[in-house]
Amino acid sequence: MDAFIQLDRVEKVFEVRKKAGFLKRERRQVRAVDSISFTVARGEMVGYIGPNGAGKSTTIKMLTGILTPSAGRLRVAGIDPSRERTRLAHRIGVVFGQRTTLWWDLPLIDSYKLMHRMYRIPDARYRDNLDRCVELLELGGLLDVPVRQLSLGQRMRGDIAAALLHEPEVLYLDEPTIGLDVISKAKVRGFLRELNDERGTTVLLTTHDLQDIEQLCSRVMVIDHGRLMYDGALAGLHEVGESERTLVVDLERELPPIDAAPAWVVRVEGPRQWLAFPAAESAAPLVARIAAEYPLVDLSVREPDIEAVIAKMYAGSAPGQAEKAVS
Amino acid sequence: MGAGRLYVTVAAGGFRRYATYRAATAAGVFTNTVFGVILVYTYLALWDEKPHLGGYDQAQAVTYVWLGQCLYATLAIQGGGAEKDLMDRIRTGEIAVDLYRPADLQLWWLASDLGRSLFQLLGRGVVPFAFGALFFPMALPAGAGPWLACLVALLLAMVVSFAIRYLAALSVFWLLDGMGVSQAVMIAGVFFSGIVLPLNAFPGAFGDLVQVLPWAAQIQMPADVLMDEIDPWRAFAFQAAWAVVLLAAGRLLQSAATRRVVVQGG
Repeated sequence: MDAFIQLDRVEKVFEVRKKAGFLKRERRQVRAVDSISFTVARGEMVGYIGPNGAGKSTTIKMLTGILTPSAGRLRVAGIDPSRERTRLAHRIGVVFGQRTTLWWDLPLIDSYKLMHRMYRIPDARYRDNLDRCVELLELGGLLDVPVRQLSLGQRMRGDIAAALLHEPEVLYLDEPTIGLDVISKAKVRGFLRELNDERGTTVLLTTHDLQDIEQLCSRVMVIDHGRLMYDGALAGLHEVGESERTLVVDLERELPPIDAAPAWVVRVEGPRQWLAFPAAESAAPLVARIAAEYPLVDLSVREPDIEAVIAKMYAGSAPGQAEKAVS
Repeated sequence: MGAGRLYVTVAAGGFRRYATYRAATAAGVFTNTVFGVILVYTYLALWDEKPHLGGYDQAQAVTYVWLGQCLYATLAIQGGGAEKDLMDRIRTGEIAVDLYRPADLQLWWLASDLGRSLFQLLGRGVVPFAFGALFFPMALPAGAGPWLACLVALLLAMVVSFAIRYLAALSVFWLLDGMGVSQAVMIAGVFFSGIVLPLNAFPGAFGDLVQVLPWAAQIQMPADVLMDEIDPWRAFAFQAAWAVVLLAAGRLLQSAATRRVVVQGG
């Protein structure tokens, strides 16, 4: 396996100074990333998830070279990012969902011309790549529009195109679907899938949106409090996290709690009942049984959100168990 | 060569960015013209009382006023150029985007600020200056030489102006907020650049001091070069020396900032 991204016991410690009285400052160390090791092979598409403040962005910043690890070894394409930031920059693409690389006051196309010069992309390649991005990300009518006039979804697509014009071997995406509507999310995901299929671009994706991961990534890494809690397939995450899906059942009238193992009733409110069941189980037999035995009016299934899964995983796992989950 | 084209593109972007705000430019032209008229009458009254103040005659004093108004926005005498954007980007953490680019941070912002300066010179500076030349007696050179020399002095003034403001902007990496620094930049700029009164009219030892500070490279030098009050090569040497010193200090501060400082926000 060609290990394209390699982290070996990487740490990042920040020193925070806190006011502790007049002119007195207390120093405190914050371990944003705490001995993380993983490898990502060329062409993989990996989800990197965790709650706010878990250390995701710090990891990405170290991978781009703008932050230097406090300890450990980190390589991207064989390059030490913080030592050779500029050389690496030509081989990576970065999209920070909440920030933009585009020129705010100028038409979108001006930012692309800038990328053309910045990455020294040969003219023909630049034109090909731009045409392709414009087509797939539907930017055709937007090239002459000032970036400040774009909607969030349009701007995000614009930013993704800007990160890809120099054909990076790896793309880091930090919350690329944040704040987007369903249609924009679908467009972005479709594009990323194609990029990975056709070009073999390695993608590292941080997100809060479990659907991003479900639709794009075969592998997911969970980080919390700076530590890698899980590294594996998404299905396995549900098992480790003992996550539950919720079935919301509307009955014709008020009835005693439904009896339908392996699901159990967690809440009753008039004719509506909430049933939890393990996320790994299929909902179909459960739904069939309830429909056969009860006067059913309506029904919906709610997916577990990633936050809950991780919270549960963290609560239930002493550090020793976390190690096991990682293996 | 490739890198040169990048920074030309960045400068062009800086130029076009300011060009998009036409109403702001028109308002600026109006303001600088009105201020010019007020200052001209103030100077004329002053020079009536004190002829040859600072070695200028009345026509030279008037020329100085209009050149000052022409350069007010060009050199961001009160601040408000690249450093304002840079401070915002450091404060919000947007600076992360600038840092992972395969480009030099200082050159990038210098190019962007030079683009802005050039636009402000053409869009906002030329009209008040032409207005002054049309309605007031001015001491303008007849030959092309002093004009060309003045352009060189102006380019150097732009670089010095940027270098001062770049240092101020980088301080936000430590201070986390640019309000105080911006005000210091504004007050120092207004006072030491000579936009209110020519530096050679400042009295005694204090006058000698302000004439060797970097702000003297901004309005005083181009004005004296234009009016042939100084050997142009001496002026260029003075400006270039400050440019080199301040840009080098900027580089040092930049490497310290990017090495140790936390990029704000997630």
